[in-house]
Amino acid sequence: MKRLLAHPVWAGVAGMALLLALGAALPRWLLFLCTMSAANGIVSLGIVLLMRGGVVSFGQGLVFAGGGYAVALMANKLGVTDALLLTFAGGVVAALMALPFAALLARYRGIFFSMLTLALSMVLYGVLVKTESLGGSDGFNMSRPTILGMRIADAWSGYVLYALAVVVSGVLAILARIYFESARGLVSLAIRENELRVEYLGASTSRVMAANFVIAAFMGGVGGALAIMALGHIEPQFSYWTTSGEFVFVSILAGHYSVFAVFVASFILELVRSFSSAYFPNTWQMVLGIFLLIVIRFLPRGIGSVWVGWQARKEGRS
Amino acid sequence: MKQTSRALRRTATVLALGACFASGGALAQETFKVGIVSFLSGPAAESFGVPAVNGAKVVIEAFNKGAAPAPYNKVGFAGMKIEPVYVDENGGATKQVQELRNLYDREKVDAVVGYVGSGDCLAVAPVAEEMKKFLILYDCGTPRIFEDKQYSYVFRTAAHAAMDNISLARYLKARNIKAGSINYINQDYAWGHDSRKDFQAAMGNLYPGSKTEADLLPKFGAGQYGTEISALLSKTADVTHSSLWGGDLQAFILQAGPRDLFKKTQVVFSAADHVLPGLGDKMPDGVILGARGAYGLMSPKSALNDWWWKTYETANKIYPVQAPYRMVQALLGLKLAVEKAMAANGGKKPTAEQLAAALRNSEWDSPAGKIRMVLGGGHQAIQETAIGRTKYDAAKKMVMLEDIQRFPAECVNPPANVKSEDWIKAGMPGAKC
Repeated sequence: MKRLLAHPVWAGVAGMALLLALGAALPRWLLFLCTMSAANGIVSLGIVLLMRGGVVSFGQGLVFAGGGYAVALMANKLGVTDALLLTFAGGVVAALMALPFAALLARYRGIFFSMLTLALSMVLYGVLVKTESLGGSDGFNMSRPTILGMRIADAWSGYVLYALAVVVSGVLAILARIYFESARGLVSLAIRENELRVEYLGASTSRVMAANFVIAAFMGGVGGALAIMALGHIEPQFSYWTTSGEFVFVSILAGHYSVFAVFVASFILELVRSFSSAYFPNTWQMVLGIFLLIVIRFLPRGIGSVWVGWQARKEGRS
Repeated sequence: MKQTSRALRRTATVLALGACFASGGALAQETFKVGIVSFLSGPAAESFGVPAVNGAKVVIEAFNKGAAPAPYNKVGFAGMKIEPVYVDENGGATKQVQELRNLYDREKVDAVVGYVGSGDCLAVAPVAEEMKKFLILYDCGTPRIFEDKQYSYVFRTAAHAAMDNISLARYLKARNIKAGSINYINQDYAWGHDSRKDFQAAMGNLYPGSKTEADLLPKFGAGQYGTEISALLSKTADVTHSSLWGGDLQAFILQAGPRDLFKKTQVVFSAADHVLPGLGDKMPDGVILGARGAYGLMSPKSALNDWWWKTYETANKIYPVQAPYRMVQALLGLKLAVEKAMAANGGKKPTAEQLAAALRNSEWDSPAGKIRMVLGGGHQAIQETAIGRTKYDAAKKMVMLEDIQRFPAECVNPPANVKSEDWIKAGMPGAKC
């Protein structure tokens, strides 16, 4: 049993089942908080995927908003209401949006990559604010999706969207884990260490980086789709740089050692934000800031380093 | 490794769950818990959020002492002590949706009064509706909320933004002010876009043939208007319209004043009374402005208004302007609705449905005149408004408003079941002035 659970696929499936069961007992506000942290976590997972190759996108708001707007428009204008289909469509639209830029961005590293992605997301923000048919800066609402052809009753909407978020993020986390350990995923790590050597060994760094960018975009779009379905409202703020900054922050908080750390980090951030907002209405930003400083001070390599560290020590002993 | 991560996440969840029960258990029977959401930080805090919350604080204190004048003189809400929970509106619509859910589910509030931002209002209204919880939007401007959708649990106790620009246009017309050409300077977001569109359409009706000269849309929070002022001066129009507010408005006035913009064109502001106390003698004379209602220096004379003015001024050392007026009219309406619903419920605390039934189509007196819930199926208020002209009073060391004209609610608000935009474009048929 223990060895079975050590396999990422089975561990992921077991985790999903546990969370699905747990969800039935959670109050609605916490279900919603979990749904949002899963949606945001998927976007940050995309950034972690890029980080493994040594680049950080400061513009995941672009694909987050792209996926979100695509889903909201499909639901409102085309009458597509199935939540599963919409989630997938959000990812595909975001990946298609990223595709034309992938080849260009794959040639840049460091701050240039970050700034270019940031610029792209702010271009989208500017366009959305000016587009009055999409509600301008106020955005617009989307009605609740259906699932597998069924309407979701009011009482169950929180749990259904939570379950969807858990399953989708679980599946994507497993796939990400498999990808990280595949040859191509490991090449990403090698690129981060020494790009020139990787090229000499015959791998195309720009092809790997372009693929990573599109995969991260798909994840961003899926995250956007889940977020808009839970929120029921979308506005250009989805593409603003502060939104992108939060995704980057979650990725840094999580570190790139563990896929699940990303979701844990996203959940903790939402939880701290929520409680500081409720109990310190005038100083919640400061509470959030202090918490983040503490994490950076004591866990500079991210939350993932905690149990990856345990693991390493345990294996060292045995 | 995966097990550990799950365990950690589960522990965190259980901890959060515990916290939830702890806070939920504190609810006592004889209190009425109200969530109050407004900007406590960010650009709208100084102009709107903080003054509104200050207004809520003094009024709730007075209610709890039973110190408000009749018919608001019952202690608390029909004897139930009011327990406010304040939440910051800053942080975007996503955060507001989350915080609203927390207020209802975790803090167990009985009603929420809040929201300045139109985007926030659009985002939270369907959430309250879905959760079947009572929500009052006290300030936000966009008419879209009740024109695009019907609600059962959501109300707005102040007129929407169409009134602000219609009344400005009517004021110009009533005084026969020349307006053959119009310049615009509005912020580049929904509030600015909508205000410009409403004013343009209203002027197109009242002044057929008036034409737009410069149409400037500086960024929200720009703060520097040097180039915009040059553009406004190079194509000086008869009238210059602006819906700037807060810090942006103050910056614009301070930068445009020395360049004599206010002497070369008749400037009209749709929502500007909140900057008057701060600007003092820096505010040029003769500027025509509104306050989004008959608020502050334009408020009507009444015993209720005198009481409110004194209560607010004593506590805050400044007279009340737009934001606290909008807050107090929401709380007065909520008080009467709770008391009416409770009487109908045999003295027991009313449910959200009973509250909604009591507020729907109701009317009450506020310091700014009568509030009537007549639009959007009885969920959207209309109210009278006023427009005035600035004049600095050196003896009192404050900006006064003179030449004030009042507009009845039906003169500047669309009738039920007509979209504001269509109504203005059609020439405002059926307006009772």
